[in-house]
Amino acid sequence: MAYASYGGAAYDDDSYDDRPEFRDGLRDIQQQDPGYDASTHVPDVVKTFVAYLYRHIREKNVYEIHQMYEGSFQKLSERMFKQSPWPTAEAIASYVENDHVFCLLYKEMWFRHLYAKLTPTLEQRFESWDNYCNLFQVILHGNVNMQLPNQWLWDMVDEFIYQFQSFCQYRAKLKSKSDQELLLLRQYNEIWNVYGVLNYLQALIDKSMIIQILEQEKDGSVTFTATDGYDYHGGSNVLKVLGYFSIIGLLRVHCLLGDYHSGLKCLTPIDINQHGVFSTIIGCHITAIYYYGFANLMMRRYIDAIRAFNQVLLYILKTKQYHQKLPQFDQILKKNEQMYALLAICLSLCPHGKLVEENVNNQLREKYADKMQRMQRSDEALFDELFSFACPKFITPAPPNYEELINYNQQDAYRLQLKLFLSEMRQQQLISSIRSFLKLYSTISIAKLASFMELDEAGLRMALLTYKHKTHVVDYDGSILSNADVDFYIDGDMVHIADNKVTRRFGDYFVRHIIKFEEIINDLDRVQLDSV
Amino acid sequence: MEQLVALNPYNPDILPELESYVHEQVISQMYSLDANLCLLRLYQFEPGRLNIHVVSRILVKALMALPASDFNLCMFLIPERLQLEEPFLTLATLAHFLETARFREFWDEAARNRDILEVVPGFEQAIQGYAIHVLSLTYQRLPRHVLAEAINVEGLSLDKYLDHQVKSNGWSLERVHGGQVLVVLPPNEHNHPVLKKNATDSIPLEHVAKLFPVLT
Repeated sequence: MAYASYGGAAYDDDSYDDRPEFRDGLRDIQQQDPGYDASTHVPDVVKTFVAYLYRHIREKNVYEIHQMYEGSFQKLSERMFKQSPWPTAEAIASYVENDHVFCLLYKEMWFRHLYAKLTPTLEQRFESWDNYCNLFQVILHGNVNMQLPNQWLWDMVDEFIYQFQSFCQYRAKLKSKSDQELLLLRQYNEIWNVYGVLNYLQALIDKSMIIQILEQEKDGSVTFTATDGYDYHGGSNVLKVLGYFSIIGLLRVHCLLGDYHSGLKCLTPIDINQHGVFSTIIGCHITAIYYYGFANLMMRRYIDAIRAFNQVLLYILKTKQYHQKLPQFDQILKKNEQMYALLAICLSLCPHGKLVEENVNNQLREKYADKMQRMQRSDEALFDELFSFACPKFITPAPPNYEELINYNQQDAYRLQLKLFLSEMRQQQLISSIRSFLKLYSTISIAKLASFMELDEAGLRMALLTYKHKTHVVDYDGSILSNADVDFYIDGDMVHIADNKVTRRFGDYFVRHIIKFEEIINDLDRVQLDSV
Repeated sequence: MEQLVALNPYNPDILPELESYVHEQVISQMYSLDANLCLLRLYQFEPGRLNIHVVSRILVKALMALPASDFNLCMFLIPERLQLEEPFLTLATLAHFLETARFREFWDEAARNRDILEVVPGFEQAIQGYAIHVLSLTYQRLPRHVLAEAINVEGLSLDKYLDHQVKSNGWSLERVHGGQVLVVLPPNEHNHPVLKKNATDSIPLEHVAKLFPVLT
C-alpha cells in the first residue's frame, strides 16, 4: 500500500472520508438540545468514525488506519471538539463490539486530545496512567495481533513521557493544591512514578527483543528497517516498533533526569547517523537528535553534537513545506529554534564551521551571529540565555516531601543543570582568547604569549593545559579524540602551533554527487512517456 | 555486578548491593561508572535513602577517572542543596582545580582534606596519572619544575620517579644550556601533530560502501 498517495484520491468505497456523515459533521453540534450531556452523547459522525477505525484495525489495513488517525481524527477534533473532550470510551464501546483493546486505544487518543486542548484534572491524569498501564500490559503479555501505523506507536511513547513530565511539573506546584489533591497525591504515589515509567519502557524493549533484532539485521538474517518495522507476513508490528521507540524514549527520560551518560548508552542499538525507522517519522527523528545532541553537548562532545544537529536541521530546512499541515508543526518549529541555539553554543565553544552545511550555516548566522560573537568572548549571560531557552524541561523525579512544602522548588532540576553548565563555561573562558592568539603565530614563546594574555608564565601554562584538556575527550573505547580546531604543542619554553591548513575534502563531495546522479537516472528511467 | 545493573537498571531493591559495591570498588581499587550512576539514580528517585558517605566516595572515584568527565556526570544527579554542603563543596573545588590544570592549588587543597581522600586507596597515583596525561597532550619537553608541581613530587623522590619513567615508559632527560633539566615525554599525535593520521584525503569505508549499489 503506497503511502505516497496519502491525502490523494486513492480511497475506495470503504474509505471513511467518503461518508456523508463526515462531510456533514457539523450537523450534530447544531442539533444540541438543553439536556444534552457532551461526554455520553455520541454524534453520528463519531459513531461512524469509531466503527470504521475498529474495522480497519481488525482488517490490519494500516493505510486506512493511518488516514483516519492522522487525518480524520484531527479534522473532527478541529471541527467538533476544539474545546471539549471526545465522547468517553464507555459511550462509544457499543459501536465497536465492546472491544477491550480498541477501547484502550481509543482512550489513548482521547487523553492525548484532552491534554492538548484542555487542562487535565488530577483524576484524569490518574486515569490516563491507568490506561497506559492497561494498554502496555495487553501489548506485553497479551497476544496482540494488530498492525498499527508507526506514527501512532511513536505518538504513544512520546505522549507517555510527555504526560509523565507534565505530571512531575504539576505535582511540583504544591502551593496551588487543595488538601484533597494533596491527599490523593500522597495516597496514590505509584501513579506516574518514575520507576513505573522507566520499567514500562524497559519492558517494551526487553520483551520485543528489539535489540537482538537490530543486531541480527546487520548480518541480514532478519528485516526490520527495510520494511519500516512493519510485518508483511501476517504478524504484528506493535510490540517490535514500540520497543524500538522506547529506546529513544529512554534516552529522553534519562536526559530529563540529567543522566546523559545512561541516556546515550540506552541509544547504542540505534545508529543516529544512519537511516533508520526513527528517521521516517519527523517527530521521532527530531526527538532522537535533540536529546542525543544535548547529551553530547553536556558531555563536551561538541563535534558529535554539531554533526547531529546539522543533519536534522538540514532535513527540516529542506522539508519544512511538507510538514506545515501536520498537527506537530508548531512543535517542530520550536525544536528547530532550540537546536539552532544549541548549535550556536557548540560552535562558539568548538568553532568547526566546516561541519555545518551552507544553508544551515546561513540560518544560524541570521539568528545568532551577534550572540555567537559574544559567547566567543565568554559572555556568560549569553550562555545562560541560550541554554535556558534550548534545554529540555528537566524534572525532579522524586515526589516532594508533603510535610515540609517550603523546601521544595520545582525549578531545582533546571537550576542545577544550568549551574553546572555555566561553571563548565567558566572553566573554558580563556580558551577562545588563546585560540585567537594561536591563530596568528606559528611559534611564540611562553613569556610573550603570557604578556599578551595578561597572565604570569605559570598561569599561562595552566591555561594552555586547560585548553588541551577541554579540547580532548575520552571516547567510549578509552581513546583520546581531539576537538581542537587549532592545535599546538610546547617544547620547553616555546609554543609551536600546528600547521592546520585544511585540504578540501573532495571524496565526500564526489560520493554524494555520484549517488545523487544515480538517483536522477533512476527517476528518469521510471518516467514512462505516454505517446499521445 | 555489571550484570545485575544491566538486568535491573531501575530496581530500587538492588540499592544496598550497589552501596556495598562502592565500598568494594574503594577497597579493591576497581571502578564502574555504570554501577555508580545507577546508584545515584536510585538516590535521585528516593532522596530519603541517600547516604552522604557513599556519594562522597563515588565522587572521589570519579575524580580519579579523569580525564573522563565522570565527576560532572555524577554531579548532574546530585541535588544542588547537598552540593552546597561539605564534603561536596571541597570535592567540587578539587574538581575545578583539576579541570583547569591548577595542580599546585589542587595538591594544597588535597593536603588539607586528607580525611575525605585518604580513605580511597590509589587516589594520589590516579591524579598523577591524569596530570601526566594532560602534560603529554601538551609538551614535547617540559621543565622539571613544571612536572614537579603537577604531580606534587620533589627532590629525591622526583629523581626516583623520573628514573622509573625513563626505564619503563620511554621518557628521557636533557640538560640544556644554563643547567636547566628538560623532561622529554614520549611522542604521541597530540604533542607531535605531524603524527596525526592524515584523515583528510582518505574516505571512510562506509562512504565508499554507499557507492556499491551504483557500481554493480
